[in-house]
Amino acid sequence: MPHTLTIHELTAKLAAKELTACETTRSCLDRITAVDSKLNAFVSYDAEDAIAQAEAADQALADGVCHKDKPLLGVPIAIKDVIAVKNQPLSCGSKILGDFNSPYEATVIRKLRDAGAIIFGRLNMDEFAMGSSTENSAFKPARNPWDTDRIPGGSSGGSAVAVAADESIASLGSDTGGSIRQPASLCGCVGLKPTYGRVSRFGLVAYASSLDQIGPLTKDTRDAATMLKIIGGHDMRDSTSVPREVPDYIEALDGDIKSLKIGLPKEYQMAGLDPEVKSSVDAAVLRIEELGAEVREISLPHTEYAIAAYYIIATAEASANLARFDGVRYGQRFGSADPIEMNRDTRGAGFGEEVKRRIILGTYVLSSGYYDAYYIRAQKVRTLIREDFLKAFEEVDIIASPTSPTAAFKIGEKVDDPLQMYLSDIYTISANLASICGISIPCGFTSGNLPIGLQLLGRPFGEEQLLSVAHAYEQATDWHTRRPTVN
Amino acid sequence: MEIDLQHVVNLARINLSPEEEARIRPQMQEILKYVDKLNELNIDNIEPTAHAVPLTNVMRADEVQSSLSQDDALRNAPRQADGLFVVPKIVE
Repeated sequence: MPHTLTIHELTAKLAAKELTACETTRSCLDRITAVDSKLNAFVSYDAEDAIAQAEAADQALADGVCHKDKPLLGVPIAIKDVIAVKNQPLSCGSKILGDFNSPYEATVIRKLRDAGAIIFGRLNMDEFAMGSSTENSAFKPARNPWDTDRIPGGSSGGSAVAVAADESIASLGSDTGGSIRQPASLCGCVGLKPTYGRVSRFGLVAYASSLDQIGPLTKDTRDAATMLKIIGGHDMRDSTSVPREVPDYIEALDGDIKSLKIGLPKEYQMAGLDPEVKSSVDAAVLRIEELGAEVREISLPHTEYAIAAYYIIATAEASANLARFDGVRYGQRFGSADPIEMNRDTRGAGFGEEVKRRIILGTYVLSSGYYDAYYIRAQKVRTLIREDFLKAFEEVDIIASPTSPTAAFKIGEKVDDPLQMYLSDIYTISANLASICGISIPCGFTSGNLPIGLQLLGRPFGEEQLLSVAHAYEQATDWHTRRPTVN
Repeated sequence: MEIDLQHVVNLARINLSPEEEARIRPQMQEILKYVDKLNELNIDNIEPTAHAVPLTNVMRADEVQSSLSQDDALRNAPRQADGLFVVPKIVE
């Protein structure tokens, strides 16, 4: 069953000629046919195109191309529907883009292709990446493979489901306030949010440009390292990508963690943290301590202000970024009598309610008379939050916490209460405000058999240490090997 | 504080149905009440963070490079003619 393999397992078998890329791709496509009507991880996929890429990969393998030169040769990877893949649909989980078809390729996709990957599928998401449950998809809510009555998390819900349910070997998501880490946690896979500037965002449809970052969702930490090494690096086409060498993240996996210090923020022991989640995360931290790291309490004093600052900054940036969806250059157009009415009708009919709510909130906090009181104040609080982390990282190398305060909740449970939905992002949001890196790895299950995630946060461009700790923990446990039975 | 929703919706150019307006209005009030907690902090002498990238004035050489073709730029347009986007009449 090739679809159940990790990247490193699959590439070993491809290299040994035990498997072909075509068999692997067909195995993933068959798996999608078997389970995706229950899970809704995919908005669409182009089977013919995937098979054509697989045939080319098999030809390359037959010609002697090796994985040293093309580390993803023959590996099917599915893509969140917010990243442009040339000549494939791009809808951002929204109706407003209609039958938009990408005229160009995102840099991350070009890099994956250069590494030999088979790029297939458009993965379901909260509309324009706004949400924590994938219930805001304009098409259909994605479902958690461990319990299909529950949400998979969001906004990269489809990306997490596709990997956790073995529909894809790995996937790409995007993370603006936790949108990779939280669904990875709730679905029981690995999700890595790189440091802001580590990965090019060229070809990522912007939600909040100072917070957005593309990252991988994978079946284990080694695969996350493999993916980051490929997609990371400076790009002339993204002026916020940082010209800084990409280290060998695979080598970093076996880094010594005995000299590392792990911090536990005392502010993270809060009301709303589920006792089962807490005990799993506590046990995981203890395990990391047993492996030789030193654990100590730290303080992030401005934690309680992070969500408020985030929802001002992110919505303000969103209101500007989403102004481009005006019915003129692409997507759907509604109404036609008058240009302004056409804009209003198009946006009124094309956007879903959460997107409207955020654009309106963002417009309000940027509007005359409120700009200083909300937007500038939130940016100043962002400085305080970032300083909290930079100060903490003088004392410790890694910060550990739950990824999400609870396991997956029921579909519909929070849909009428946006503020409650926002509050579930408490542990992930600060990393985006502080522009640091973070990873979520499986660390246990609730009594109801729902996955629990451990979040590790690292310094800006500290992905090597982050991966070494995650990998050491993963080597000592088997949570990451468990897979849901979808029925 | 009562939010002037009509004014903001007008700025954002989004038509809301009466039902949407009825749902969104109290939600906005609740969210704004929540974010008011930022007023608890003393932010005197704190510099705002717009982004945290250690970069300023990223430039490239001023040389012509290839970009999207006109056909590609227009291929997703809801209406087009003669290589142009077509919009409703703006000037009478």
